[in-house]
Amino acid sequence: MTDPLVTVAPGEHASARRGRRSRWRRERPPAGGSRTAGYFFVALYVAMLLCLGVAPTVYAISLALRTSHGLGVGNFVDSYHLPEFMPAFKHVLLFEAIWLVSQSVLVVSLALMVHNLSRRVSATFRFIFYLPGAMAGAASVVIWLFMFTPTTSPFAFIEHALHYTLLANTVTPANLPVLFAIMAFWTGAGGWIVVMHGALNNVPTELIEAAEIDGSNVFQTALRIKLPLIRKWVVYMLVLSFASGTQLFVEPQILGIATGGEVPPQWSPNQLAYYLAFQLDRFNEAAAISVDLLVFGLLVAVLIVWRGKLFEVQ
Amino acid sequence: MLARHYAYRIIAILILLVFAAFFFGPIIWLLLAPTKTDSQIINQTPLAFGSFGTFGHMFHQLISYEGDLVLTWLKNSAIYSFGGTALAVLAAIPAGYGLALTHFVGRRALLAITLVVMIVPATALVLPLFLEANTVHLVGTVWSLILPFGFFPFGVYLAYIYFSTTIPKDLIGAARIDGAGEWGVFRRIALPLATPIVALVAFFSFVANWNNYYLPFVMTYDNSQYPLQVGLPILLGSSPSINPVAATGGQAVIYRPEMAMATIIAIAPVLLVFLFAQRTLVAGMLAGSTKE
Repeated sequence: MTDPLVTVAPGEHASARRGRRSRWRRERPPAGGSRTAGYFFVALYVAMLLCLGVAPTVYAISLALRTSHGLGVGNFVDSYHLPEFMPAFKHVLLFEAIWLVSQSVLVVSLALMVHNLSRRVSATFRFIFYLPGAMAGAASVVIWLFMFTPTTSPFAFIEHALHYTLLANTVTPANLPVLFAIMAFWTGAGGWIVVMHGALNNVPTELIEAAEIDGSNVFQTALRIKLPLIRKWVVYMLVLSFASGTQLFVEPQILGIATGGEVPPQWSPNQLAYYLAFQLDRFNEAAAISVDLLVFGLLVAVLIVWRGKLFEVQ
Repeated sequence: MLARHYAYRIIAILILLVFAAFFFGPIIWLLLAPTKTDSQIINQTPLAFGSFGTFGHMFHQLISYEGDLVLTWLKNSAIYSFGGTALAVLAAIPAGYGLALTHFVGRRALLAITLVVMIVPATALVLPLFLEANTVHLVGTVWSLILPFGFFPFGVYLAYIYFSTTIPKDLIGAARIDGAGEWGVFRRIALPLATPIVALVAFFSFVANWNNYYLPFVMTYDNSQYPLQVGLPILLGSSPSINPVAATGGQAVIYRPEMAMATIIAIAPVLLVFLFAQRTLVAGMLAGSTKE
């Protein structure tokens, strides 16, 4: 799952903004100095990049291409024909659709509302929204397990309205994408609200004042002036969230443990890869699915870096 | 016009309060749960407070689970997370400096690769990393976690941005003309100014490492090696009040309050960092931006 803290920390907004403003073309290192000293400073990082980024990728690709008849795409084809393959991707896509649509609408609306408040109140709300980000991972799943149980949940009135009385009523195959979307929103939205708030601070106040003098109301200002100016960040959020959403693992895994099998151990593609590797010893097919997911993540990343104007890499 | 303006404002605040309840409610519930017994959790209103005595009792119950297994998991979490964080800082700070303030062939390419790798979700590399670690016999050792945790391109990117915006290029140029070697420039000019960025990289790295589930789940063999994040689902699976198929009797002491207590311990370090250091960290970043 996504680690919203790593991708969207409040500081990052400021830094990314600066990076964008300063444009890499003009951002040259100072003149003078040795031409080889740089290698010394980056050496440890480059060694790790090679050993822990490039090498495992290459190794996974080579495993995925190794079949009993020599090199080929057999493992990719075989994994595609597994009965769990298509459902796993469908599950994740459905989850993504629900999560991304609701998150975009809510994050933008909440950020706009928070931005209209006084500084102190706004900071308090942002902090409350951001706090669950500390609980990403297994802990958030355990917390939500209690929230999804009508007998323990402070949100039980919602579950009762839906005639749920047991955890098993909430955790059903049909509900799973919504439940994972709620968890992902809970841990991740706050970070994005902070980012959007930072982006809104960049909107020139003269522009907003001019619109208000021209008789524009709160909604018109938000839709016609603020939204277009933060659109880039919304796209960035969507793309990054989409890439991380495909990696769903810990949520279905733990919910499966807690409900004694309501969630099959091959619910998401990552779980399927894990299941193939560790339950069935089919490492080559597992590697093939990993490569599918990795290639997907790489494509999204390359797309953001080269086509998105966020980082200005020429 | 003015009345309408206030109406918008009140509606907005109400909506924000509803969402504040959504974001904050589960945290409040979690903190209150171990103050109650298992049956009180079921029978009292969800946000009722029990007693501090029960809270202490639940802590004791949890710690005595299977010897002091939970403490072992906590210790493991600390070793993996701090080890990874130390390595991440050690690699990222000089690398960010090198990318920002020195010349070398391939600098731009390395920056672009860093951005790409930073965006690829870390989970995508877990199985490939396991397969690699397996061939070099590192699975089940602390290195199978500390090394991947230490590889932190986002930290390199943060350090790069920090050094290219906070340290005046003239200063570096002047130091070079004065005959300070490259190492001397780094040690005497960059490092003394680096405290905020070290804190920032360490913070993000630590949070990511502490909360990581998938990598340690794959890389560790048995109970005694698990970090707390991997231990939580084990507790969950052994708890008869949560998991109906869990074996009852025996030494199962994990009920809802103990489970909530375990979750509190699992989130406490990160939550504390959030509560006390966040303002400083954000201020540090913003201070950097005004020096442009």
